[in-house]
Amino acid sequence: MTRSVTVTYDGAIARAVIDLPGEPVNKITKGMREEFDDLLNALAANRQVKAVVLISGKPDTFIAGADIDEFTALGSRGEAHDLVRAGQELVNRFGDLGKPVVAAIHGACLGGGLETALACAYRVATDDDKTKLGLPEVQLGIIPAAGGCQRLPRLIGVQAALDIILAGTTLPAVPAYRRGLVDELVHPTILERVAFDAARRLADGWRPKRRRATVRELVLERNPAGRGLLFSMAAKQVRKRTGGHYPAPLAALRAVQQGLRYGIEAGLDMEAALFAELAVGDVSRELVRIFFATTALKKDPGASDAPEPRAVNRLAIAGAGFMGSGIGGTAVAHAAVDVRFRDANLAAVGKGLTAARRILDQRLKRRRMTRPEHTRRVALLSGATDWSGFGRADLVIEAVPEDLDIKREVFRLIEGRVAPDAIIASNTSTIPIERIATVTEHSERVLGMHFFSPVEKMPLLEVIVTDRTAPWATVSAVEFGRRMGKTVVVVRDHPGFWVNRILAPYLNESGRLIGEGVPIDQIDRVMKAFGFPVGPLTLIDEIGLDVGHKASHVLVGAFGDRMRPADGLAALVADGRLGRKNGRGFYRYEGSKRRGVDHSVYAAFGASTPAEVADGEVERRLVYPMLNEAARALDDGVVRCARDGDIAAIFGIGFPPFLGGPLRYLDRVGIDQAVQTLEGFRRLHGERFAPAPSLARMAADGSRFYPTTS
Amino acid sequence: MSADRNGHRVAVIGGCRTPFCKAGTSLKALTSVQLARHATVELLHRYELDGAVVDEMYFGEVVASPLAPNLAREVSLLPQFPRDIPAASVNRACASANTAIAIGHDQIVGGRAAVVIAGGAESLSDIPILHSRRFSDILLKASRARTMAARAKLLLSVRPRDLIPVTPAIAEPSTGESMGQSAEKMAKLNGITRREQDEWSIVSHRRAHEGTADGRLVDEIAPVFPDAGEPVDRDNGIRADTTIEQLAKLNPAFDRKYGSVTAGNSSPLTDGASAVLLMRADRAQSLGYAPLAFIRSHAVAAVDPGWQLLMGPAIAVPRALDQAGITLKDVGLIEMHEAFASQVLSNIQAFESAAWACEHLGRSEPIGEVNRDALNVMGGSIAIGHPFGATGGRLTITLANEMVRRDVQFGLISVCAQGGMGFAMVLERT
Repeated sequence: MTRSVTVTYDGAIARAVIDLPGEPVNKITKGMREEFDDLLNALAANRQVKAVVLISGKPDTFIAGADIDEFTALGSRGEAHDLVRAGQELVNRFGDLGKPVVAAIHGACLGGGLETALACAYRVATDDDKTKLGLPEVQLGIIPAAGGCQRLPRLIGVQAALDIILAGTTLPAVPAYRRGLVDELVHPTILERVAFDAARRLADGWRPKRRRATVRELVLERNPAGRGLLFSMAAKQVRKRTGGHYPAPLAALRAVQQGLRYGIEAGLDMEAALFAELAVGDVSRELVRIFFATTALKKDPGASDAPEPRAVNRLAIAGAGFMGSGIGGTAVAHAAVDVRFRDANLAAVGKGLTAARRILDQRLKRRRMTRPEHTRRVALLSGATDWSGFGRADLVIEAVPEDLDIKREVFRLIEGRVAPDAIIASNTSTIPIERIATVTEHSERVLGMHFFSPVEKMPLLEVIVTDRTAPWATVSAVEFGRRMGKTVVVVRDHPGFWVNRILAPYLNESGRLIGEGVPIDQIDRVMKAFGFPVGPLTLIDEIGLDVGHKASHVLVGAFGDRMRPADGLAALVADGRLGRKNGRGFYRYEGSKRRGVDHSVYAAFGASTPAEVADGEVERRLVYPMLNEAARALDDGVVRCARDGDIAAIFGIGFPPFLGGPLRYLDRVGIDQAVQTLEGFRRLHGERFAPAPSLARMAADGSRFYPTTS
Repeated sequence: MSADRNGHRVAVIGGCRTPFCKAGTSLKALTSVQLARHATVELLHRYELDGAVVDEMYFGEVVASPLAPNLAREVSLLPQFPRDIPAASVNRACASANTAIAIGHDQIVGGRAAVVIAGGAESLSDIPILHSRRFSDILLKASRARTMAARAKLLLSVRPRDLIPVTPAIAEPSTGESMGQSAEKMAKLNGITRREQDEWSIVSHRRAHEGTADGRLVDEIAPVFPDAGEPVDRDNGIRADTTIEQLAKLNPAFDRKYGSVTAGNSSPLTDGASAVLLMRADRAQSLGYAPLAFIRSHAVAAVDPGWQLLMGPAIAVPRALDQAGITLKDVGLIEMHEAFASQVLSNIQAFESAAWACEHLGRSEPIGEVNRDALNVMGGSIAIGHPFGATGGRLTITLANEMVRRDVQFGLISVCAQGGMGFAMVLERT
């Protein structure tokens, strides 16, 4: 049998090389645990061995974490408890071997991998870009339970440890070293030598000097009163951030607290108990599913029988407005491509260049980019009022105003200028790509790239393909979207695409609720409590009422009454209410500050008296139209599978991740149950609630969107 | 005719430049490196060039920043280019960009390169201000001191006058004479009147204004978009409304009592950059570029800086014409750098003088008559401005573009430079 750990000896130092056979990265599996068990016992008993160096045999990982497959296979709390105990015992063994262990870290050192390193006596890491250390457990709804909640705060201080554990942060080598996660940072070529030197010195009784506590730590962390304050502040922050939907960060906080109060043993007990509970809980299960789905999506080229994507190194953008500059700035920040803007006048070009540069400035400020790198990237931005430079581009993105005639004209001009194999994309959010593409001679290279605003922050990109779009163009756009740091979903050219189509009935219904007298703040509060990042009316204010109104025309044209917004919306737009951008929407704004609900809105929607509607009712009235439309759109083939639809809803709209996305949520509530709810609303509120034919069908034959999984 | 051993000439494909702005105005926030990079990126886009085809770069700069002493390499390290393009910065004072272009030409003719970007840049808003030598010595010694006490002792020896900064002056190190004093001397030696100089200046401004208004000058400008403030797409020193009366009121700058050289008939301190794309003719053809013109010859000369500092062109020009095998009569357009109106008029006088030809060129016939209507037809450095390192690029771009517009076969560039030097280049259309 090929072993995953091999030991060689160099005098009194044992070198343990981890190299999980048949896998690209090292992860802690059951087999590896058993091997290590025997091996560590043998090393402990071997009197010739004075110290151990633990190093990876993989090129770019130390240990990437525990094996997620083992943990998704857990059937019960008992099993989860056994698993985590086994992990704890192994990790503990690195610390109580009776001889020092030095971790020599190059590449990913995450989760259980970092917990292993933390149990070692000394940590040397490479200063390479590939070296990353962190405890991402909470992102999967669980907690670091192999001593991470105990050893990290003892090593680097409570506050610093909580910053990493509660947010599931992963740090590059330099910040990890600065915060004290590792003792030394060295060039990869001397990693092993430095680790060996440290092992020898440790064997001779040397005790490494670690950093001294800061004044802040002395006051806040080294006494019970200060710690109490620190923990209550942290708990408050976590509650605010998670809205009470994610139990893991609070659980991690408890495990840290327990260990500091009653000792490491008690802390480990608490870690194990909490992990067991979380690991088999719904939230973690959904987050893990999404993790797998997102990972699979990242490897999906975006088209079947797909050719290799063509590299995009030069991007040209028609229109240097808010969207265009956001796309250009993000492209330079993430993909370091050459970006050429074109807009009608110099002032517009200048404004766009400045806005794009701001995105780079932000990254410099947040130390995500060095100054030389910032200077280099700023030089990639240029612009003009003519189409010069477009002939060099591999990809042209049109980001001019949402007007079919303007877009067609721009497409004509672009096609006359670009190289024959350049991709031409429209950033439209509403206009069918087909209608723009008809003016081009080579519509096989035309597609949509629907970015969301603000581009640098919103994680989703819909790549819209028509029947005529060539697969090479699709996969190249998908690949480039990923290089821009986006989660990319391929969507068929159909009115509203995916995100806006399922969003519209939800937003429309919020207007109808206002018309029925439901308070605006209640609507937003209920949907935030459901798990959306913001309520629907706050969202409309952010998008712009005029933008939403314009989009609804396209959707009503395509789908009829079902997509008709409440009449009040048109009235508000006519009244010059555009949302946050002009300080007047459903809420009032002063500068960048929101100043509460604007009560004059109710009259526009014809609501004379406030109505008492239960929160649960409000929630269902809003969520079900979205779920229903998602079922319809999937049936229309707008997305290729339920997975894509759910991921797009989570990343594009902020559909609560712990609910798994609209289609997964339908599975969870039960399709028949959902159909009944919709029928009930249909009787009370009209045809727009008529269940999607596919839902009725599925309810009848008992099928699900995700038939193969639990 | 200048060509490589296969008979391929060097083509000027095109060029562009930043607007030329008076020092301390619109471009003051940009370094010379940034200006040069901007012009080059714009060149790349305008000519839809693949950065990978460029073999070498040469850029001129006169007052280089100690922080980026090789400006050209900073430009060739632009992310639009592969990182393996060698680049050198050159300094022949006001003829630096011309020299960069000439080197590019020579590299191509010598078979060492096929595509070269050459130009120049200057930021006179961002000139290095130096510490006094004594203060520098103390700082250096202090940094080497072994003990704190020794360091403190050294630093305490600094006297207030040591802290007075040293600003580089535009003066000849060999003579101590400033450029303006030289121009003043030339006016007197050659009998150039105040009125003649002011009239020349008016023409320069008027023609530059026309060239801007009809878009010919604007076309060669790559608009700059400063981090804060409005886009800049015009040279900002051109004054359409200057009158001879207004100019006459200005005080002489270098000889208050009997002088004639004023701020109004001299070129101003200016920020700007230029970049020109040169290709071997067959390479241009295979890449699909139509040349504006070809380089037919170039020459340099120098005179004693203690004599008439800015007379170099009157020796360099006949050399370049001889090499080109043409005479001044064959030249349809001339771009002459205008450091001072007195220098322009002195140079013209020498071109037309049999005495000059006899004394300095050893020939009986003068260089030739200068057709004023073919000289600096869109104005010159007095109006447009003069970023030392960049001007040569502008002259080349302006000349090549205008040769196409007017369908002129031969064009001449004439540049005077500090150190008593002169530069000349002949371009041809076909």
